[in-house]
Amino acid sequence: MSRQVIDTIVNGEPVSFLASPTQTLLDALRDELGLTGTKEGCGSGDCGACSVQLDGRLVCSCLVLAPEAQGRRIDTVEGLAGNGTLHPLQQQFLEQAALQCGFCTPGFLMTATYLLERRPDLEDEREIREALAGNLCRCTGYQNIVDAVRLAARRRRGLDGRVSTRAAT
Amino acid sequence: MNAMPELRFDAPSTLAEALQLMAAQAPDAPVRPLSGGSDLIVQMRSGRTRPARIVDLKRIPELVGIRRDGGGWRIGAATPCAVIGEHAALRADWPGVVEAACLIGSPQVQGRASLGGNLCNASPAADSVPALIAAGATAIVVSAVGGGALQRREVPVETLPQGPGRTALAPGELLEAIRLPAPPARGGDAYLRLIPRSEMDIAVVGCGVSLGLDANGRIASARVALGAVAPTALLVPAAAEAIVGSPLDDAACRRLEETVRAACRPIDDKRGTAAYRTRVAGVLARRAALAAFERAGAAGPRNAEECAQ
Repeated sequence: MSRQVIDTIVNGEPVSFLASPTQTLLDALRDELGLTGTKEGCGSGDCGACSVQLDGRLVCSCLVLAPEAQGRRIDTVEGLAGNGTLHPLQQQFLEQAALQCGFCTPGFLMTATYLLERRPDLEDEREIREALAGNLCRCTGYQNIVDAVRLAARRRRGLDGRVSTRAAT
Repeated sequence: MNAMPELRFDAPSTLAEALQLMAAQAPDAPVRPLSGGSDLIVQMRSGRTRPARIVDLKRIPELVGIRRDGGGWRIGAATPCAVIGEHAALRADWPGVVEAACLIGSPQVQGRASLGGNLCNASPAADSVPALIAAGATAIVVSAVGGGALQRREVPVETLPQGPGRTALAPGELLEAIRLPAPPARGGDAYLRLIPRSEMDIAVVGCGVSLGLDANGRIASARVALGAVAPTALLVPAAAEAIVGSPLDDAACRRLEETVRAACRPIDDKRGTAAYRTRVAGVLARRAALAAFERAGAAGPRNAEECAQ
């Protein structure tokens, strides 16, 4: 199997790796770069566990061929926390207990950060649910996930994100 | 991905190069163009398609991006739907086309999926196709002639899909772009689909409607297109004729529903029975027409200055 060198920027750092055209970006991240935060759920673009940003666009890395990433910027869940500090969304997920088994969490975090970058004013629960429609939680822990995203958005706008959901609504 | 056999991958930066790579096609060594991959890579992973070579189209400038084209628009065939959804001026002209593009899958899928891919995958249930047909969109198809020169033909979008998974593209041809005309003087379009859930599903029925109004608020021109009720998306001229000249009153809506249902030739499958699809097609057509009518009214008369921009 012919492997080629793929030069990318992963989480802000220049990274080169060897990959074959039959490898997905997901496989390359996990198997070549050891970035196992990105998960494989369905392998068909339905569950969102493999969500990463490719040149600033949210994509399912299971539906990207590794060579497509040549010269592109890749951002994974490993890049969210910086200098030992959790990303505000990660912090909010912790505070809301927005995870059960945790397998879907990296994907939800990637989608939620992408969402809040574009829609810092987000408040409406239905819109949040719609935006998260491409991420599945097999533990069905959606309520706390949606709450965490909404409260992180509030906190980002300088509003109180610590109050319990029930009291806040 | 052990389901995939040996595979070559190329990402050319010019159309000429891409067409040359596509020409190496052989029955036992298929060459497949790659746009967003949200259909192709799924098919490769399941073993349903086994290409020998992939030609990634996303580094070819003509295939990516949205630009003004006369009074209308030119959308590169591989432009991701997420980019289409964020284009305010395009949405102002063709809200139905943009909303259809934004119904394809999740935000993740929209980061990759394209109008060209949606059209060439030729699913009868493709969401963007009825909206494009209703809008009167055309497809720019490119091929190579001798000496590296390019040759283009422009065809109505509805002539490309030939049946599930089949298109009218000849070997050696690539879909380069979708062209949308200028919207009608007082125009509006809409696309609606029925799915059993609120998101992330495939249309049981889809319907796109584009209308132009006259100075009295009556329908001067109309195009009605249906998805998932036949082997390909359908343009239904009889449905357009049923409402032209009317103010889209109840009687006109009833005629619209009847003509739409008469055009349906759906199948029974896990997403719905033929009878259900036929019934729902009429309902969606009425609602889409009313939405397009409201948008056309809200748009107001477009003056020459606006159209020249």
